[in-house]
Amino acid sequence: MAERMGFFTDTSVCIGCKACEVACKEWNELPDDGFVFEATSYDNTGALGASTWRHVAFIEQTRTVRMDGHEEDVDRWLMSSDVCKHCTHAACLDVCPTGALFRTEFDTVVVQPDVCNGCGYCVPACPYGVIDRRQDDGRAWKCTMCYDRQLGGLEPACAKACPTDSIQFGPLDELRERAAGRLAGLHADGHTEARLYGESPDDGVGGTGAFFLLLDEPEVYGLPPDPVVTTRDLPAMWRWAGAAAVSMVGVVAAAFLESRVSGNRVPAGRSLVGGVLGRGAPGRGVLGGRGRW
Amino acid sequence: MVKRERAMVPEAEFRSYYGRPVIKAPIWHEPHMPTYLYLGGMSGASSLMAILARYTGYPGLARTARVAAAVGSAAGAVLLAAELGRPERFLNMFRLFKVTSPMSVGSWILAAQGGLAALAATSELTGILPVAGDAAVLASGLTGPLTATYTAVLVADTAVPAWHEAHRELPFLFAGSALASAGAVGLVAAPRAEAAPARAVAVAGSVLETVAGVVMERRLGLLGEPYRLGRAGRLMRAARALTVGGAALAAVSGRGRTLAVLSGLALTAGALCTRFGILEAGRASAADPKYTVIPQRQRLDARAEPSAAPPDEREPANRT
Repeated sequence: MAERMGFFTDTSVCIGCKACEVACKEWNELPDDGFVFEATSYDNTGALGASTWRHVAFIEQTRTVRMDGHEEDVDRWLMSSDVCKHCTHAACLDVCPTGALFRTEFDTVVVQPDVCNGCGYCVPACPYGVIDRRQDDGRAWKCTMCYDRQLGGLEPACAKACPTDSIQFGPLDELRERAAGRLAGLHADGHTEARLYGESPDDGVGGTGAFFLLLDEPEVYGLPPDPVVTTRDLPAMWRWAGAAAVSMVGVVAAAFLESRVSGNRVPAGRSLVGGVLGRGAPGRGVLGGRGRW
Repeated sequence: MVKRERAMVPEAEFRSYYGRPVIKAPIWHEPHMPTYLYLGGMSGASSLMAILARYTGYPGLARTARVAAAVGSAAGAVLLAAELGRPERFLNMFRLFKVTSPMSVGSWILAAQGGLAALAATSELTGILPVAGDAAVLASGLTGPLTATYTAVLVADTAVPAWHEAHRELPFLFAGSALASAGAVGLVAAPRAEAAPARAVAVAGSVLETVAGVVMERRLGLLGEPYRLGRAGRLMRAARALTVGGAALAAVSGRGRTLAVLSGLALTAGALCTRFGILEAGRASAADPKYTVIPQRQRLDARAEPSAAPPDEREPANRT
């Protein structure tokens, strides 16, 4: 496998020009996703989606800053270009039943449009709300980190188009080093609110292939503060489902054996009490299952 | 549990991007998806009833249950295929057997359940290959309960907060609902003289579903809210009333055919309301960023608490 490639999006130098959004649409020939006037900010794109693989967020803030002994309200704008995170532990990839989603030699996560049958499972599985199904087309789509361009030795279209190098593309290890340096520099300059998001392999998705330098909490940018790959709990889920399945067998067995013993002659009221509470072994299925809560 | 206590605070503050959802809501359609959940559950529990009825001397109920299991899984599979964005690629579900994907595992379970149930029902109705039919119905003793409960893993294995965090109780809720559904079919369609076990299954299933639902909403705290509010809340309340009412009717339904049919219809309506309500609650919890942000923020804060850093140092003074 080739080196793991990634994006480092340094939002502290993003100017909100949306060249990344346009370049992505152009290169990947993405259809428009409606022309909406959101009337909340300069962001009229709204969110990542099936046909929006880069999305620039605009946040306008007023904060109180201490200057020369007095306090003053200062406005600031936060701008950030969001993208698929290409997680180390990718939920979309885990839950895809057809194998349409796969991990490339660049350690990125890509959908194969000729395999996807549009089951839609990846859509609610993603902890970042990235991947979506295109209505008219019926299949799921998301950022490929320009897999085709990478195969040709080119950087992704968004990184190529970014005029301030807010979007940086390269080997992930190199980007992490660069980001640590940038963060230290910002902290030294007094921007203590700067933080990295997604760069740590210890987070709930094992670190992301596309990580960010943010100037506020992740949720302000529409990002989940502590994302966890849903399949982390899958073994526990199967255990609970197994217990429930065994309980079903117990309930049905108890219902029949009880009805047989009572020979259908016992009034219904008394019969069902026996069926519910169980008699002997089968009834333990229900109570055993509930007892575990 | 710190998390739970905090979740009970009614007006928890959180920040978001213009109130937009963080995650994407499930795109599964109504009525396809929730109706499939009902049919799969009904089919799975009916298979279990078919086995017990076959070997404890209820031939009429056994026949009803075999047919119900076959019809349920076949109709469910049709709904699932129609649900796809590309229905003509339905067979791509069988390209792999992928343990990390409950939908892949579930497709194989449903295929096995559908095949076995169809064989068992055909043998029952035509009288041919009785041994194969019995073998199939016995084998569906494994696939049936899995068909009824894997769907809880299917919905829980998502980032949808009200589903994911409910992954303990949902399988029991689904199992109870499935039992009530299958019992209801027995009450309506089986010979009256053989309805006693179906009655007991229906009542026990209703109790299991109701208890699991109550426990789930309590334990979820803040994330129990989507099951109580709006359309999901109305559906879940209707489901509970119909299920409890249907079970009460079932308990006295030995007295008359009309009572049995009414009870079966109420239980079926209750089971359908449960499935539609679960889908709606999941959608609601995905659509409101508070259900995603607040629990995650609390998790982070709980992790940060052991450190000595005072909160105002952890958070720079840039809160708006």
